[in-house]
Amino acid sequence: MDTTLLAIGTRKGLWLATSEDRRSWSLSQPHFLMTEVPSIGIDTRGGRTRLMVGLRSEHWGPTVFHSDDLGATWTEPENGAIRFPADTGGAVERIWQLQPDSADRPGVVWAGCEPHSLWQSTDSGEHFELNRGLWDHPHRPEWQPGGGGAAVHTVAPGPDGTVHVAMSAGGVYRSRDGGNSWAARNSGISAYFLPGPAPEFGQCVHKIARDAVAPSRLYAQNHHGVYRTEDDGDTWTSIADGLPADFGFVMLTHPHRAGTVWVVPLVADGERIPPEGRLAVHRSDDAGSSWRRQSAGLPDVEFNAVLRDAAAVDAGDPVGVYLGTRGGDVYASADEGETFTQVAGHLPDVLCVRAAVLP
Amino acid sequence: MTVRVLLPRLLADCTGGRTAVDVDLGGPGTVRALLDALAADHPVFDRRVRDETGALRRHVNVYVDGEDVRRADGLATAVPPSAEVMVIQSVAGG
Repeated sequence: MDTTLLAIGTRKGLWLATSEDRRSWSLSQPHFLMTEVPSIGIDTRGGRTRLMVGLRSEHWGPTVFHSDDLGATWTEPENGAIRFPADTGGAVERIWQLQPDSADRPGVVWAGCEPHSLWQSTDSGEHFELNRGLWDHPHRPEWQPGGGGAAVHTVAPGPDGTVHVAMSAGGVYRSRDGGNSWAARNSGISAYFLPGPAPEFGQCVHKIARDAVAPSRLYAQNHHGVYRTEDDGDTWTSIADGLPADFGFVMLTHPHRAGTVWVVPLVADGERIPPEGRLAVHRSDDAGSSWRRQSAGLPDVEFNAVLRDAAAVDAGDPVGVYLGTRGGDVYASADEGETFTQVAGHLPDVLCVRAAVLP
Repeated sequence: MTVRVLLPRLLADCTGGRTAVDVDLGGPGTVRALLDALAADHPVFDRRVRDETGALRRHVNVYVDGEDVRRADGLATAVPPSAEVMVIQSVAGG
């Protein structure tokens, strides 16, 4: 039977859970206890498993560790995996995203960081190079920090050299040439917190996700507003009808099936709790035209939010869906969200989860 | 000129388990020169206490003979002969 790994990054350490059936889980002792774990990447390409974690210590700053033995040992490049070149005058504050590219680009891993910056590794996450195209973008001085920081928090690599990034609060940017040049792609996305009509950029996107089957289709959960694009981001249209709220942080896409997405609505910017204090995911199977609530196995009372990377899917069949709350509870579904079981409870605030069926 | 440097116990895994080292600066130097000398042998330690611009991380303090270098000349603070330098984490976190 396949083993599934669930990695849980919290405010005070990393926990690893494994399961043979995705219902009963074995939880590790904490790794990196007392260190914030804002990003995790699980790279299973090529038949091996590499676990990457972005760490941040209040005292000792950010760094990246990786493990090729499921966390038994961890390695950190002596001179650091992500370091701003001297000419930039920059210093990494936090590593928000570690995203392996597709199977046909082995070794390529993307990182999104604070301050607003995109990085690419070609050696499976051991060393990253700053993406100069985005760093030198003329819009960069005008990008604002979102509530969580000034970060490229999402990287969505696509086919044929297409890459989308999402940042708070700059919005969505797209490259067609593998990351050499970038253009803002926010047409149709509102920015209610700015005066006047919606700008070209400056939207507060919380998460984007690409449709696995129709790669020109992406979905976005914004700081109020849920959207879909069918044309690689040229235009976005609202898909919030049918949801109990258009605020939230999560956007997940099904890894095999077109049109299936999950969000975790929160009431509003000023009320960041699940509607009625009851945790639920909302799933669409028609690309956001309609939604249905999934909550079996989730707690009846929950006043903690689910952060943007604290939800994930695996690539199993059926697909596993995972989420963790700021209250430190983690849930897993082995049946695409129909029912959940609790993996862990009373951990520190969950910042990110990633899951993979191990090769 | 040898300077005694006391290091945070929390970073002992970056300094070969040591919490105190003697650094020979070869003559009068600065805190920056001292940290540069330490960095040559302990690059991970250096990344923990300074960012890639060379600035001391916000919650890391350095004292030269008991004086906080942030109240003196920062990393340009002079390190006199036979000084004792302490690198220590500040009170931070939650």
